Amino acid sequence: MKKPYSNFNATMAIAVASFRSIIRSPSAVVFSLAFPLIFIIVFANIGGSSVTVDVGVAKTTDTLNPVYKILANTKVINLIKDQSTDEMAKNLSKGKIDAIIDIQKNNSRPPFTLHIQYTKASQPKDAILKSLLNSVFYQLNSQGGTAPQPVAEIKETTVSGREYKYIDFLLPGMLGFSLLSSGVFGTAFVFLSLRLTLVIKRFFATPVKKYSIVLGEALARLIFSWIGALFIILVGHYAFGFTLVHGFTTVVNMLILSAIGLIVFMGFGFIISGIAKNESTVPPLSNIITLPQFLLSGTFFATTAFPSWLQGLSNILPLTYLNKAMRDVAFEGAGLGDVTHDLLILGIWFIIVYAVAVKTFKWE
Amino acid sequence: MAKQPIITVKNLVKNYGDFAAVKGISFEVYDGEIFGLLGPNGAGKTTTLEIIETLRNKTSGDVIVDGFSVDHDAAAIKQRIGVQLQAAGYYPNLNLSELIKLFCGLYGIDKTPTEMLEKVALTDKAKSKYKELSGGQKQRFSIATTLINNPKIIFLDEPTTGLDPQARRNLWDLIREIRDSGTTVVITTHYMDEAEELCDRVAFVDGGHIVGIDTPNHFIDELVASGFERKKQVKLANLEDVFINLTGKEWREG
Repeated sequence: MKKPYSNFNATMAIAVASFRSIIRSPSAVVFSLAFPLIFIIVFANIGGSSVTVDVGVAKTTDTLNPVYKILANTKVINLIKDQSTDEMAKNLSKGKIDAIIDIQKNNSRPPFTLHIQYTKASQPKDAILKSLLNSVFYQLNSQGGTAPQPVAEIKETTVSGREYKYIDFLLPGMLGFSLLSSGVFGTAFVFLSLRLTLVIKRFFATPVKKYSIVLGEALARLIFSWIGALFIILVGHYAFGFTLVHGFTTVVNMLILSAIGLIVFMGFGFIISGIAKNESTVPPLSNIITLPQFLLSGTFFATTAFPSWLQGLSNILPLTYLNKAMRDVAFEGAGLGDVTHDLLILGIWFIIVYAVAVKTFKWE
Repeated sequence: MAKQPIITVKNLVKNYGDFAAVKGISFEVYDGEIFGLLGPNGAGKTTTLEIIETLRNKTSGDVIVDGFSVDHDAAAIKQRIGVQLQAAGYYPNLNLSELIKLFCGLYGIDKTPTEMLEKVALTDKAKSKYKELSGGQKQRFSIATTLINNPKIIFLDEPTTGLDPQARRNLWDLIREIRDSGTTVVITTHYMDEAEELCDRVAFVDGGHIVGIDTPNHFIDELVASGFERKKQVKLANLEDVFINLTGKEWREG
């Protein structure tokens, strides 16, 4: 006779309806796609225009020789001495520093050998450094006067590495911002308006379960956010050279992180929909949640640039950890197992947020 | 024909904190009739309806709908009833077809949007949004959503409020059709001419009590027999008849 009632079908019906509604709502599309893209286009074209060459100084360098002194006095060259050998090697391969020099005093001629490591991640700077060094050595060697052999020689090698571009920093931040605004604003608006217009009450007059309503809405928002994330990643990759270390796997990992982030952020949306009296109180409440994270979670600039008291605040916010995990996955090629620390903190946020949401959420 | 009760309400009480909205209401709705709940605002009509519809918990009393108790079988009742809420909206940004599909999913019923929209003469509005409809069309669409699960009973809460006389008549015809096809209709209204015209039986609710329950004709006869007379001599027609006569019975789409 009658087939049994399917909660799955009811959930899917809500998901389909909600998805249609989201893609037809201008604000959702603007916040999730247009804003992040505009930020990427604007900032990717501004970032990274300084002309100093950062040169790491190896621990084994003899700093008491004339070559070193000349380099230290050259303004364009910024000598870095406070990093460990490992740090330096890492930063070199990312292009955060442009070269590592190691000056050795020789017992034989030439008296000095300058070992220099360049990185493929920073080739434009290499050219600047090479021409600088050449002029330094030309001076030095000609000072030797009549000496037939040069005073110093250059031995250069180039390490292979990936360039850490501003887009590699910016794009994960934009993705986080998109998920944050969609999760908080979108969820808060939808559930508040469904409640105020009695749509949810009408749903309750059907056999649908409460969890189907929440699940269907969440599913629609997740699919929409995934499409948005994929779009941003692909535009970033093909138009701005955003680094995806393991290609497809990296994209999948980023989408999984997106889902985790979105679920946490939706929790804030549920809380706001519960405490907001009407639709005009949603934006201020949402801004209280989203603005600090937008500014302090390393969306545009690394949190290391902040004073330490502000860093303390940054280190509490969930978006900080989503951004960090996202960057590690995208640029360092980390797997999800390598970002468990970040995921753990997002997990703690999940528990806190949903504990509050369960208390404040209103159905009618 | 023996009248079978399809809804039985016994000593229904609903308190909101200290305020008693419903103070021990008892009545029966018979299978296949149009039953009107009448009374001033705040009399407890909507509260009573929502308790029967399983949307609200009662404080005490018994409510049986088509053999199922609201206490234990809310899910079974929801499958058997259709509910139109006063002033309820619909999912934003969706057209009528998509809304019907959504409700089909919510009820777990396979029906095509066209099939449902045909019943309320809205097939040409299939691609319109709910908010683009006229008042009468909105009400007819709401009624369409209540019919999706082939309910035994539908509940209409003030379906004709704010409609013009033509749209009201059009809706009455629709409600009669629904009754004639075997669905029991429970309706609330503030228009007594409507209740007189449409309802097989009516109950008057005031201050949380039922103060009378009977057929409209019987109520009127009783009042007349008690010696009541209208202050102004009743004419054979009223102004609404004039309105319909002058502007035609044809209902205009919004």
